[in-house]
Amino acid sequence: MQRIGVFVCWCGSNIAGTVDVVAVAEALKKEPGVVFSANYQYMCSQAGQDLIKNAIKEHNLTGIVVCSCSPRMHEATFRKTAAAAGLNPYMVEIANIREQCSWVHKEMPIGTEKAIILGKAAVAKVNLNTPLVPGESPVTKRALVIGGGIAGIQTALDIADAGFEVDIVEKKPTIGGKMAQLDKTFPTLDCAACILTPKMVDVAQNEKIRIFSYSEVTDVKGFVGNFDVTIKKKARYVKEELCTGCGACTEKCPMKKVPNDFNLNMDTKRAIYIPFAQAVPKVATIDPDYCNMLKNGKCGVCSKVCAAGAIDYTQKDEFIEEKYGAIVVATGFNPISMDKFDEFAYNQSKDVITSLEFERLTNAAGPTAGKLLRPSDHKHPEKIVFVQCVGSRCDACNEKGKEYCSKICCMYTAKHAMLTRDKYPDTEVYVFYIDVRTPGKNFDEFYRRAVEEYGVHYIKGMVGKVVPEGDKLIVQASDLLDNKQLKIEADLVVLAAAIEPDKSARPLATLLTASMDTNDFFTEAHPKLRPVESPTAGVFLSGACQGPKDIPETVAQAGAAASKVIGLLAKDKLTGNPCVAHSNEMMCNGCSSCERVCPYGAITYEDKEFRMPDRTTLMRRIAVVNPAVCQGCGCCTVACPSGAMDLKGFASEQIIAEVDAICK
Amino acid sequence: MQVKEYKPLIVAFCCNWCSYAGADLAGNNRLNYPADVKIIRVPCSCRVNPMFVLRAFQRGADGVILCGCHPGDCHYTSGNYYTRRRMALLFSMLDYLCIERERTRVEWVSAAEGAKFAATMNDFAEKVAALGENKRLEDLRCKK
Repeated sequence: MQRIGVFVCWCGSNIAGTVDVVAVAEALKKEPGVVFSANYQYMCSQAGQDLIKNAIKEHNLTGIVVCSCSPRMHEATFRKTAAAAGLNPYMVEIANIREQCSWVHKEMPIGTEKAIILGKAAVAKVNLNTPLVPGESPVTKRALVIGGGIAGIQTALDIADAGFEVDIVEKKPTIGGKMAQLDKTFPTLDCAACILTPKMVDVAQNEKIRIFSYSEVTDVKGFVGNFDVTIKKKARYVKEELCTGCGACTEKCPMKKVPNDFNLNMDTKRAIYIPFAQAVPKVATIDPDYCNMLKNGKCGVCSKVCAAGAIDYTQKDEFIEEKYGAIVVATGFNPISMDKFDEFAYNQSKDVITSLEFERLTNAAGPTAGKLLRPSDHKHPEKIVFVQCVGSRCDACNEKGKEYCSKICCMYTAKHAMLTRDKYPDTEVYVFYIDVRTPGKNFDEFYRRAVEEYGVHYIKGMVGKVVPEGDKLIVQASDLLDNKQLKIEADLVVLAAAIEPDKSARPLATLLTASMDTNDFFTEAHPKLRPVESPTAGVFLSGACQGPKDIPETVAQAGAAASKVIGLLAKDKLTGNPCVAHSNEMMCNGCSSCERVCPYGAITYEDKEFRMPDRTTLMRRIAVVNPAVCQGCGCCTVACPSGAMDLKGFASEQIIAEVDAICK
Repeated sequence: MQVKEYKPLIVAFCCNWCSYAGADLAGNNRLNYPADVKIIRVPCSCRVNPMFVLRAFQRGADGVILCGCHPGDCHYTSGNYYTRRRMALLFSMLDYLCIERERTRVEWVSAAEGAKFAATMNDFAEKVAALGENKRLEDLRCKK
């Protein structure tokens, strides 16, 4: 028989205002097992906790019920209190008489009556509680960062700085991500490469960091502190350890007509290539779709010119298995496809481009060596129209675009407009916008400079149609402030395409059992208080995979994710949740019903020998739950036909006792 | 003789991650709903064994409602899908036993939907109250 103590909190007037706390304490004193009951103004205060501790010791309590606020608020507090007095922390039950009673009911008799019933249910449950001891699991002190853009780079550098080993898995042949493609960054206009490439070199030189470039994560098993990850290193047909990155092969390769995805297919590269001069690792990669040697065995020029002997046409995909304690997702974003936006004639005219393409056109390392020339005829454009919100802030029922604001477009368009006017003062620049959104340090000042100092024409209104006519683009738009229709003969139209999460994010989320929102952005554990953690323990979020972000925000979030990872890896052992499923081996008949519903694969089967009453032995198949993997949802307990499976802390017996207490 | 006003007895099973938090939010926002609703916290709506629902009716509950995370948002990935299927079966069986459909319900309430929680409980309590006492499954031996 338990010896239960009941502690009723007034919570100032929050509870005592609508619940007669003295009556509740008196009524619960009569419940079976209750040997002590008290009430106090603030049970969570030091004095209140001391009251509980003293009562536990004085009355030899084996379980306590605290009638107070929600267990989501103070369950952990009172568990610690109990533990400090030598009581198992899982012998504590909370009756939620604030959020779910005093705050939602107005009249004292009704509130009091309900509080008593809730208290009785908690007493009935605690009568059946058993002391639980959480299991411990070791922590593999290494982290995995998926994605090698600025988010992944910053996270990896910060984790490595704290002394932990980090692996970066990047699907492209080089790290650097989208930032490597940019020309200048707002609002300071520093050159993106100048601030990014030193970081890329830092990553390459840091002995705690390993880079798996041209690789993908194909499988994730395990749980927080103990992930088993399979990484597929795609065959690049070049031995990484031998290649010196001299580039001789990329000059001699006869296959010249390969679209260059780094320049968004605006120019070509060879079939063997290094994406850009500052690539890390600086290793050539062969594109198997275009290489003649790989396709039909004729050529082999690159292997002849390679002085290091690094070319290996027989290379195969390699699968590497590694163990990690924490995983950071930094898969980033992509501009959406413009295929559905026929009105802007993106697919009809080469001179309608996206902002990222514009970025490459103005980049000194881009296809035009930094000269702003029209893609169609390489002439200098005299009139440029920028269109904002292409695919952003769309109607929910309109399936063309995204509902959300892509956040970065207003600022980069202001940057593009400003830089164009700065370099080519003879060029006229128009920007069509719905709203200009510039919250951020020095952002609005930046935008105003574009308008006031550089004379960019900002026009509120959407572009309805772009029609190619001769070598011009006729832009039909409305000016909402002057309420008139405009027709502009432009030479170049730049679309601020919405951004969306990378396509690899969805299958990755499935592997990690990390949740996503309807737009495929990763969900954070709490939108305000836990912004860099995924609800899945041990999985952290960095950068635009969690939502649209500019570079300063991405770097800040990357650092925050790193600090959370360091906090996890600094621990030697992780304490698990003791409220896990367990199977009664005498009742289990090994039917596999539980295994089929378990979302975590926590249930396995083993053959166990049982001694029968007649002294014979019997081998039986029984279910075994791995407490480190089980998360305690309890799905298996309902699936079990023989009732062998139960959940500690939420046992069937306990829930039935609560039902009975409420329905009495 | 004084006639006692009829008050329905409603048992609400709420999952710890969404609906229980939604109920807390209803409290934070002081959104009223009838005191007839008594909440039992479970880790996931899929923890609710059909047996618990039957037990509640047997012991005199007039209505039973299960609240869980929205489909696709389950903290345990797939628990609420099991709930949806299990309860569809159970409720149709109860319907067959003349436990009216209005006495049973599964509702998805997220942690942010305090208003939805209160509105759901108000609506459910009203419907159950209109049906009156549940006599069909009540076990008289349980009455003292």
